[in-house]
Amino acid sequence: MSAADTVPAPRRTGALAAFVLRRPFAAVAALILIAIVAAAVLAPWLGTVDPRKLNVLPRMRPPSETAWFGSDQFGRDLYTRVVYGARVSLIVGFTVALLSVSIGLFIGLVSGYLRRLDAVVMRIMDGLMSIPGILLAIGLVAVSGASMKTVIIAITIPEIPRVVRLVRAVVLSVREEPYVEAAISVGTRLPLILVRHILPNCIPPLIVQATYVAASAMLTEALLSFLGAGTPPEIPSWGNMMAEGRIFFPIAPWIVLIPGCALALTILSVNVLGDGLRDRLDPKIAKRM
Amino acid sequence: MWFFVLKRAASTLPVMLVVALVVFLMLRLTPGDPAVVIAGDQATAEQIARIRATLGLDLPLHVQFLTWMGQILKGDLGVSIFSNLPVTTLIGQRLEPTLVLTATTIVFSVLVAVPLGVLAAWKAGGWVDRLVMVFSVVGFSFPVFVLGYLLIYKFSLDLKWLPTQGYRSPFTDFQGFLRTITLPTITLGAIYVALVTRITRASVLEVLGEDYIRTARAKGQNERKVLFRHALKNAAVPIATVIGIGVALLIGGAVVTETVFNIPGLGRLVVDAILRRDYPVIQGLILVFSFTYILINMLIDVAYTVLDPRIRY
Repeated sequence: MSAADTVPAPRRTGALAAFVLRRPFAAVAALILIAIVAAAVLAPWLGTVDPRKLNVLPRMRPPSETAWFGSDQFGRDLYTRVVYGARVSLIVGFTVALLSVSIGLFIGLVSGYLRRLDAVVMRIMDGLMSIPGILLAIGLVAVSGASMKTVIIAITIPEIPRVVRLVRAVVLSVREEPYVEAAISVGTRLPLILVRHILPNCIPPLIVQATYVAASAMLTEALLSFLGAGTPPEIPSWGNMMAEGRIFFPIAPWIVLIPGCALALTILSVNVLGDGLRDRLDPKIAKRM
Repeated sequence: MWFFVLKRAASTLPVMLVVALVVFLMLRLTPGDPAVVIAGDQATAEQIARIRATLGLDLPLHVQFLTWMGQILKGDLGVSIFSNLPVTTLIGQRLEPTLVLTATTIVFSVLVAVPLGVLAAWKAGGWVDRLVMVFSVVGFSFPVFVLGYLLIYKFSLDLKWLPTQGYRSPFTDFQGFLRTITLPTITLGAIYVALVTRITRASVLEVLGEDYIRTARAKGQNERKVLFRHALKNAAVPIATVIGIGVALLIGGAVVTETVFNIPGLGRLVVDAILRRDYPVIQGLILVFSFTYILINMLIDVAYTVLDPRIRY
């Protein structure tokens, strides 16, 4: 996984240069993301120690030259934990984006084309969208117990309706196009029409949507962990660090603030990159926003 | 007009039914015995059996659903496993802080966001506009709790202007209320301000291109009246819609903000219920929050038919 996956492959170096010049914010965001991904992948070689190693002496030391981000209430090196925490956020963001986009794409394609199914599916989506996402995720984690897998599923389910709506809107607008009519008239079968004629139209808006879903998933994971319904406490995620440091905030604010700022920076970068991609890939939507 | 109101009201029923079904199936369709999950790792067989009985988990699925729906329609959301009190009682005890916080946030956000959006649209492309757009992107991405802690760090720990945490009721201690509610309101409002500003800017910008704006300016109407009377009034519908949609953000945000600022509201009730694995409370709160969201959006749709005579459903 990498930020490169979501960046449209430039056909020539000129296209990349144009993107950088025209959308400097998005380019900076992409660079920051590449750095965060690199840090997550290379975590063990970046001057880190064992993220779980407890140390009795230097507890709650403020950031210094030797320990860049200081240490937490158990004497664990905060720099190490923040770097490893990037792994959790990125894995959750990427997996949820992939899952919800693929599931949402399938449901949206089928229901956008089969009118009878459509009414039922859309009512279910309306219902799912009426439940505040974070509460739905809390409920799902509460019934199935906290593990990385349940957290990912619990975050994916509230994201699906947004993808379904998007895909369905594209399908409804494309299905009346002459080339689809032509395909039907020469007897092309439905699955082939969906895959060959409708699917390609869904890809650009879906790439944009996937970046927003990834950002929102990372935020939800951190919120769930912060509220005690997320990633198991032994895994160093940014939300868990903030949750554990919460009661020490007045005396050791860096335990909460540093992972929090890492989270904010990551989410901001993904969203800004998404805005840049939207302007480039989906000018129609960009105009309306 | 009453026909449209009734029709819109009726359209919320299937959505509410789906919400109830999702909430109901959430517990029943999860792999594993839900009673065991709720009871926790150290539960005895007796406790598990008690939970199974109180939640009616041993009955057939459709019977469970019908009895459960019947109870909800009678206003019975079940009984807390932890405190043995009815969930509705618990909600009643915690309602005030959440309602007050949401109200102050909506008022604060609308007062800040609408003029800001109008200003940005008026001088589109200018420095105010650019600043507003940057702020709306940042505000939209900034995690509520991170912002909350940054504000506490600056205004409570560093400058010592405001208390770090807590809540005072406006009905008993108004000054204390103002001091405790300020930071939570800004925290919870940031994302909402970003959202409303962005939409206000976009819809006012669109209206400013209309003929009647040119007419108003041509007849020498002063610019402030053109903006706020002619433009804003006609741009009101998308703004009102997004204020309604934003309520979902507020609900999620309130849970977190209340935890950060230690406010004893519904959000804290959710968090306490998570820690105590008190599933009936979580379930009841999901229902209450979702139904509130559906009803608010219905009321806003109904308000359109009053605000804007061009709209008919």
